[in-house]
Amino acid sequence: MINSTVAEISAALKAGDISSVEITQAYLNRIAKLNGELNAYITVCEESALEQAAAADAARSAGNTSPLLGIPIAHKDIFCTKDILTTCGSRMLHNFVSPYNATVVERFNDAGTVLLGKTNMDEFAMGSSNETSFFGDVKNPWNTECVPGGSSGGSAAAVAADLCAMATGTDTGGSIRQPAAFCGITGFKPSYGRISRWGMIAFASSLDQAGPITKSAEDAALMLNAMVGLDEKDSTSIDRPAEDFTASLNQPLKGLRIGVPKQHFAQGLSMEVEEAVRNALAEYEKLGATIKEVDLTNSHLSVSAYYVVAPAEASANLSRFDGVRYGYRCEDPVDLEDMYKRTRSEGFGEEVKRRIMIGTYALSAGYYDAYYRKAQKIRRLIKDDFDRAFEEVDVIIGPTSPHTAFKLGSKSDPVSMYLEDIYTIAVNLAGLPAASIPVGVANGLPMVCKLSALTSTKRRF
Amino acid sequence: MALDKSEVEKIAHLARLHVSDSEAEEVTTRITDILALIDQMQSVDTESVEPLAHPLDVVQRLRIDEVTEENQRESLQKLAPASEDGLYLVPKVLE
Repeated sequence: MINSTVAEISAALKAGDISSVEITQAYLNRIAKLNGELNAYITVCEESALEQAAAADAARSAGNTSPLLGIPIAHKDIFCTKDILTTCGSRMLHNFVSPYNATVVERFNDAGTVLLGKTNMDEFAMGSSNETSFFGDVKNPWNTECVPGGSSGGSAAAVAADLCAMATGTDTGGSIRQPAAFCGITGFKPSYGRISRWGMIAFASSLDQAGPITKSAEDAALMLNAMVGLDEKDSTSIDRPAEDFTASLNQPLKGLRIGVPKQHFAQGLSMEVEEAVRNALAEYEKLGATIKEVDLTNSHLSVSAYYVVAPAEASANLSRFDGVRYGYRCEDPVDLEDMYKRTRSEGFGEEVKRRIMIGTYALSAGYYDAYYRKAQKIRRLIKDDFDRAFEEVDVIIGPTSPHTAFKLGSKSDPVSMYLEDIYTIAVNLAGLPAASIPVGVANGLPMVCKLSALTSTKRRF
Repeated sequence: MALDKSEVEKIAHLARLHVSDSEAEEVTTRITDILALIDQMQSVDTESVEPLAHPLDVVQRLRIDEVTEENQRESLQKLAPASEDGLYLVPKVLE
């Protein structure tokens, strides 16, 4: 049963074929067996998970029919969880036990899910391989010599290896979609603002968005039903009428206009990935969709603009980690400045410090126009490209990543790691929704999935 | 744009980070490489383009200015590395 989808487990629980305690125990057993090797979880909540499962079974007996009641979930360790360690993959928060729940966590608790634990991630979500975590690398379940992708690498590995039924992730520049691609599962980043960011530790506030990581599109829809909605505590949360995301799952493709960006099938894309995506497109065409090439002229500038906007916002957001109110503090500081500097230098890893410095530089006196303002202008051009394309098509499809999962330790310079997100970053800059869906397997690794983006105005995801 | 070591030290100070002498050279090289990547965007003329600060075209929600939170001083201060009598302790600032 642990390799089943959420929808299947939900049906089995409803039918009384299995209890939440039984399925929870089965996941805990598998975690005990495999987490040592995969390192997908930073914290496993064995005791509280079994308590929650028992409570879910009791609630079911009392008539509760929530579709997610009793389903075991894992939360990325970026979501604050009351009375449970919340590290964000950093030494800076290695001892941080959150005094409150993130809104996303609260919503899943209300839906009756069972929290198995907190998943490993790149430190402060900065990375594309899960190698920047203070708590060690996560291994790809398909091939443990390979990375699972990042930053939600623990969540993706946990779902792919059946260490949970479903998991939460966050996506600032591809951090849900790229690990979902490397682990051969489904990942979805909703439109900016649809899911509350309250209690989700901030990286780049104008880009960060939570979303589901699952084994199927149906499961992603079930998770979205619980996650999406206005939150007064998040000033950028948007107010849209509630909807059932499972309602459109079986909508026929006939008449769907698919756009294929020529810029995403250019140099650097591996042949096997291109072939898998083209095969998928041919299938959609057979099902009645029409394919049209679209021009995202400025998409090659998305990585450049992102590495100004995201680090600039991160340098401001991460200034809160000062060793005063929570988290790590250095030993025996001689004065206040020494405390700040040593706390931050010892508490943050290399990649995080690098991005703080890039952001600080981009925002510093004399450089603001050349960097931050310029990047915001590029951001406008990228959004305009999408707006133009969506006048002609309903959805855009292309590869999520240029290749399958790469080997651990194989990308040591930051720039080549940054270029990993070349196909995913543009939608974050434009605030659009996008999904990764499996399209095949090559050489024992899941074939990098396709990315699809829909405008939030035409079809609301 | 290439940075030199003194500029990196200045940025590190602004960010309240410490870069040791042994790290300085590598940090400088890495940041210079990243700035070269970023500088690709300088190739596009954006003179007449309106900057996009945020993907949402909405205005800030407002609410009545009233107390909505309870006092959680104790539970929040329990997390602090050092606190006493409801105050956060830091190294002495004034002699």
